[in-house]
Amino acid sequence: MNADVIVIGAGIVGACCAHYCAQAGLSVIVVDRGSVAGGTTGAGEGNILVSDKEPGPELDLALLSRELWAQMAGELGDSFELDAKGGLVVATRAATLEHLHRFAAEQAEAGVIAEPVTAKGLRDHEPHIARDLLGGVFYPQDMQVQPMLAAARLLQHARSTGRVTVLPETEVLEIERDGSGAVTGVRTPTERISAPHVVNAAGTWGGVVAGLARVDLPILPRRGFILVTEPLPPMIRHKVYAADYVANVASDNAGLETSAVIEGTHSGTVLIGSSRERVGFDKTLDWEVIRQEAQQAVAIFPFLADVQLMRTYGGFRPYCPDHLPVIGPDSRAPGFLHACGHEGAGIGLAAATGLLIAQAIAGTNLAMDIAPFAPNRFEGAHVA
Amino acid sequence: MSRETSFTFDGAPMAAVEGQTIAAALIENGVMSWRTTRFGDRPRGLFCGIGVCFDCLITVNGEPNVRACLSAVEPGDDVRTQAGDGHV
Repeated sequence: MNADVIVIGAGIVGACCAHYCAQAGLSVIVVDRGSVAGGTTGAGEGNILVSDKEPGPELDLALLSRELWAQMAGELGDSFELDAKGGLVVATRAATLEHLHRFAAEQAEAGVIAEPVTAKGLRDHEPHIARDLLGGVFYPQDMQVQPMLAAARLLQHARSTGRVTVLPETEVLEIERDGSGAVTGVRTPTERISAPHVVNAAGTWGGVVAGLARVDLPILPRRGFILVTEPLPPMIRHKVYAADYVANVASDNAGLETSAVIEGTHSGTVLIGSSRERVGFDKTLDWEVIRQEAQQAVAIFPFLADVQLMRTYGGFRPYCPDHLPVIGPDSRAPGFLHACGHEGAGIGLAAATGLLIAQAIAGTNLAMDIAPFAPNRFEGAHVA
Repeated sequence: MSRETSFTFDGAPMAAVEGQTIAAALIENGVMSWRTTRFGDRPRGLFCGIGVCFDCLITVNGEPNVRACLSAVEPGDDVRTQAGDGHV
């Protein structure tokens, strides 16, 4: 088999890469060792957020990506539950509120719509919210999507162009390179697929896939658990989270950190997060994490105390030491591109990542500067 | 010796054995479905039978989303068909 592009990984990032490459007229083969959305894509909440990002390259990527998400939803007939619900960040302590307001003012200068909300005003946004919160900020640009559905629909749509083939249950054993170091294709257990471009969209396993081409990428798993309640009538309108979530996301601590993130879904269940810890690929359920998440959620929405939990799920965010994704051509291996390491923001950032990858391969103008996401930026750096 | 007890399902009297789950008692009384889905109004009853799938949800004494496969019948229980999420 051969194609213009091989995408390794059939999660949301791989699906977006395939979508935009096909749109650019390129032929694509998507391979995944498992199923569509079988990794981190299927283990999150489907966040498309600007609210949790400080001004800088990741925020610019997020702002571009949310526009593209809205566009893709239009093209695909609203088939993946894209919900422009808005985010409400709340503070429980005076110091946190002050910090949140400063953070929001900086974001506003960078193009984010951020509306300060008084303690009383919180109830206009969320009638069932706790009465003892001090205030917050409303971010109307935050959205949510059903990420597994989105990955599947995007791949289905890409296949319908006739230019995209999806090969699940197909593990890449080696990324082949010629004498000059350029990639020439991949080897699977059953065949050789040749292509002048190979995209590493393997998420948390991006470091392992990079190794198949003998280049280093320091991507580590950062574990998280989410609780799922019984289905309820609509009780929570927005994505609601505690202001200390932003600090937790940006932290380098390997130990357990939890901060409340709560939202309803289209199907009526309420999703409760979030936790972060670096414990390798251990998926064992940890009751301490569950307890903390439940407790913090009840502090923000007291009615949740009487609601049943149905189940929990967990997964691994692809963590990079500088909390930025890895996007673009790898100068160490011509023809090899990376689209991974998005940590907890992969769903939101997937659309822009896919577009930039397609533009880099097609040789057209890039929608934004990708230098901050350069794959070789870790060279010589000490990796914790 | 197992002892007989009774409960009602949508107001109709039903016989059960003490200690029996609501799901088992309903099936023994010929009732195979006791919930309709949130979006398609499709019928649901017992699926996994071990408390995992949350398909057999039912309203018991006014409390929605009780798993019929795990809850034992209590004498005089007022068991009702659940529509959607059960919260009216």
